[in-house]
Amino acid sequence: MTTDTDPTMPAAAQPAVEAGPTPAPRKKSARTPRKKLYYQRFDGYSRFLHLLVIISFLSLAVTGMTIKFSGVGAFQTLSRWLGGYEVTGFVHRVAAVITFLYFFLHVYYVQRRMRRAKMKFSELLKGENTLLPQKHDVTEFVQTVKWFLGLGPRPDYGRWTYWEKFDYLAVFWGVLVIGLSGLVLWFPETFTAMGIPGWMVNVATIIHSDEALLATGFIFTVHFFNTHFRPDRFPMDPVIFTGSVEVEELKEDRPRLYEALVKSGELEKGLVEAPHPLLEKWARAFGMTALTIGLITVVMIIYSMIFLYR
Amino acid sequence: MRKVLLLALLAWTTVPVAYGQSAEDEECAACHDDRTLTAERNGRTVSMWVNFKAFAQSTHGREGCISCHQDVDVDDLPHEDRLEKVDCSMCHDDAVMKFNRSLHGSALDEGRFLAPTCATCHGKHDILPAKDERSKTYVTNIPALCGECHKEGTRVNELRAVSQRHVLEDYAESIHGDGLFRRGLIVTAVCTSCHTAHDILPHENRGSSIHRANIATTCQQCHRQIERVHTKVIDGELWEKRPHEVPICVDCHQPHQVRRVAYTGSFPDSRCLTCHSDRNLARTLPDGTKESLYVNVDDVQHSMHKGLTCISCHTQIAEAKDPVCRDSGPVQCASCHAEQVNDFTISMHGQKRAEGDERAPQCTTCHGDHRILGRTDPESPVFARNLPSLCADCHENRMDPVQNTAADGREVFTHYTESIHGKGLLESGLLVTATCVDCHTAHRELPKTDERSTVHPANVASTCATCHDGIMEEFNRSIHSPNVTTTDKKLPACNDCHQAHSISRTDGGEFRQQILQQCGDCHEEVTETYFDTFHGKVSQLGSEMTAKCSDCHGAHNILPPSNPESLLSRQNVIETCKTCHPNSNRQFVGYLTHATHHDKDKYPYLYYTFWFMTTLLLGVFSFFGLHTVLWLPRAIKERRAQIARRRAEREAEEAEDETDES
Repeated sequence: MTTDTDPTMPAAAQPAVEAGPTPAPRKKSARTPRKKLYYQRFDGYSRFLHLLVIISFLSLAVTGMTIKFSGVGAFQTLSRWLGGYEVTGFVHRVAAVITFLYFFLHVYYVQRRMRRAKMKFSELLKGENTLLPQKHDVTEFVQTVKWFLGLGPRPDYGRWTYWEKFDYLAVFWGVLVIGLSGLVLWFPETFTAMGIPGWMVNVATIIHSDEALLATGFIFTVHFFNTHFRPDRFPMDPVIFTGSVEVEELKEDRPRLYEALVKSGELEKGLVEAPHPLLEKWARAFGMTALTIGLITVVMIIYSMIFLYR
Repeated sequence: MRKVLLLALLAWTTVPVAYGQSAEDEECAACHDDRTLTAERNGRTVSMWVNFKAFAQSTHGREGCISCHQDVDVDDLPHEDRLEKVDCSMCHDDAVMKFNRSLHGSALDEGRFLAPTCATCHGKHDILPAKDERSKTYVTNIPALCGECHKEGTRVNELRAVSQRHVLEDYAESIHGDGLFRRGLIVTAVCTSCHTAHDILPHENRGSSIHRANIATTCQQCHRQIERVHTKVIDGELWEKRPHEVPICVDCHQPHQVRRVAYTGSFPDSRCLTCHSDRNLARTLPDGTKESLYVNVDDVQHSMHKGLTCISCHTQIAEAKDPVCRDSGPVQCASCHAEQVNDFTISMHGQKRAEGDERAPQCTTCHGDHRILGRTDPESPVFARNLPSLCADCHENRMDPVQNTAADGREVFTHYTESIHGKGLLESGLLVTATCVDCHTAHRELPKTDERSTVHPANVASTCATCHDGIMEEFNRSIHSPNVTTTDKKLPACNDCHQAHSISRTDGGEFRQQILQQCGDCHEEVTETYFDTFHGKVSQLGSEMTAKCSDCHGAHNILPPSNPESLLSRQNVIETCKTCHPNSNRQFVGYLTHATHHDKDKYPYLYYTFWFMTTLLLGVFSFFGLHTVLWLPRAIKERRAQIARRRAEREAEEAEDETDES
């Protein structure tokens, strides 16, 4: 709602914008709205990876849940619709390969960016840009709770909020845990031949299944809310598909990042054209579809957990 | 004149020898040899003459008059007018004792005037030994002797309600009578052979020689080895041991009409056909309907009975009747097919028939009447391929199917045609496949609740084993066999897994999916845990290929894993898993196929893993749930403020624009 309808450019954004080399917003008549400024938050590579994440994750979640809740009629029907166990099994494995693929692509991406920026590994682990929890995350968390309770202002979030860091690390951890346990389930004969006892396959099943439940449950509720369904983004935030965020929004949402960008001059470097309307349209269509699938799945899971699952 | 002299000489020489035994007899003869001697008895004049000549030749000839007439005092003659009746029991106490308790004796006791005495059969002074051809009790004379009272039209026969009619006529035509009269066999059975001479009792009397319980013994006086040759009907010594459970002789061989062969010579088919070849021949039944009595000779000629004559089956004909076949009653198939008819009487069909249920079949319902074909004849209704529809005639097709209480409902036939047996028979044309009668028997079918039934749970296995013998052998060694396991719980029989009428191929998907249900009915807990693990979960999604109970445990050869021969024993388990998982190894087979994370003692690793994961899950969701719940109202507030702020800014800007323009 914030990115597409607001016809005016808030005055507060003016100084930063005027400093940039990009065409400065010309003063026009009230009938022609001023052109909005966009900052490139995710590059194409990252956006493509997230696309892979969405496709593979949804596939894995839906096909996996049909087995986890195979005793529930709704999932049996779903499995039938999807072409039966053989098809869902195949889809699950293909999606698993995609998952491993994006995992390694992402690791390669991080490594490449580090090399280009001549960063040391230790630098990756701290500072404003790291995705690992920092001291300021704790402060921000406390401030956030205070803000929730009306005891303080909204914290000045930086590049990554603590819940975004959790999202990221959860995927990192999830891919490792679910991926490894999944491999054991995929190739039980190979793994047991390597000396893993048979009951470990049972343990792997529980880990795989419950970790998957955690992941899907988390993504389809917490991540969906934090990113898309929260009132100032509802019904969705298309930034992960369009890649760029309106500067004004960035300033409001992540003031610390905004200031840092302005200070370092990065902001001007990152200013881009507004996303193509068609791209935005497709982004929203795809995003809404994915959100809907996720929501339906989570409703079915909750229904099964409460009423039918043992 | 010479002849007269010769006779006189003969009389003189023999008479004194004959009754010159005692002086007393001579004194009796002094009066009683006079043919004119009479006395008054009950108002009538009766002769008191005694034929001393006959007496002398009689079996008592040597005894003398006073041996029997003991109340005569020879020193004080003439004796009193009336002498006591001779008491035969003085000598023949056994025969008289039997006579007294017999039907004849009790009739005499009751004072019935037609009741016979000893003399009625044996005579008085002229009693001859039974071996004497001239004796009334000589074997060839007995039918005539008994017939004096018991043939049709006598007063006895009219007054006494005897269920058997035409006794003498029937006897004369029977194999026994035939032997006696036409073949001169004196060892054949006559009246007394079966009824005894003195101890004649009605067949209801337990002591009677013709009582159900005794008849076999009676017949066996002559047919001593009959049990050995009657093995099809009775099993060796059964007649003595269980007289009520096997048919007795007369069930098949009607008394008085016992016959082995039809006397075609005396009664040719042509005689029957003079009337019965008329297409219009009919009779009116009591309810007014007409029943055709036309017989198509061609039918009989092409039937299994083609060598037989009409009266081979229609035995109840008698020359005394007009026409001879009047009221000849239904054909008694049992005369030849005793075993089958005996089975039939035991069967539910027979029971219903006996109760008078008109819907119940009889022999002809399935086999037809004159055109009876063998069961190997494709045209026969009982030919294997025709049989299911024959049974279905009553059990499914009718408006009011007979069997509507069975669990299968009325669709037994439909189910059967879809079953592997039905497909084998009707689609693949296999005659060796099981039809209705292979399981239910042809003549002795009984409901499965009856212990004697071939489909009673206890008998099902052996019924199936008539074809599936090898399976039975395996099954008998398995844990499910009553030979191996003693339990008060129900052990499964074949039909608990392979449904009776809808039995399907065991490699078919439908059957494979049913296995879980079938085993699960009894093995509830392990089936539940099976569904907690991979095989079960995938099965629930409809995977037919995935391992079902029988793939690991075996089907008929199920044994506990502790048994070395079990498919799951330490020696065999890897091979068993290899059926699906070719790279199975010792560690791999350690996979817990029935594991549950709810059992802390049995599966601690799974239990703690599960609870660790659950705690993690609950932790994360609680944290972020709370986080969201707190965020939401705040975010809504902020959003409202933002909108308000932006509106204010926009208005300010517009105002600014306006001032710019102006």
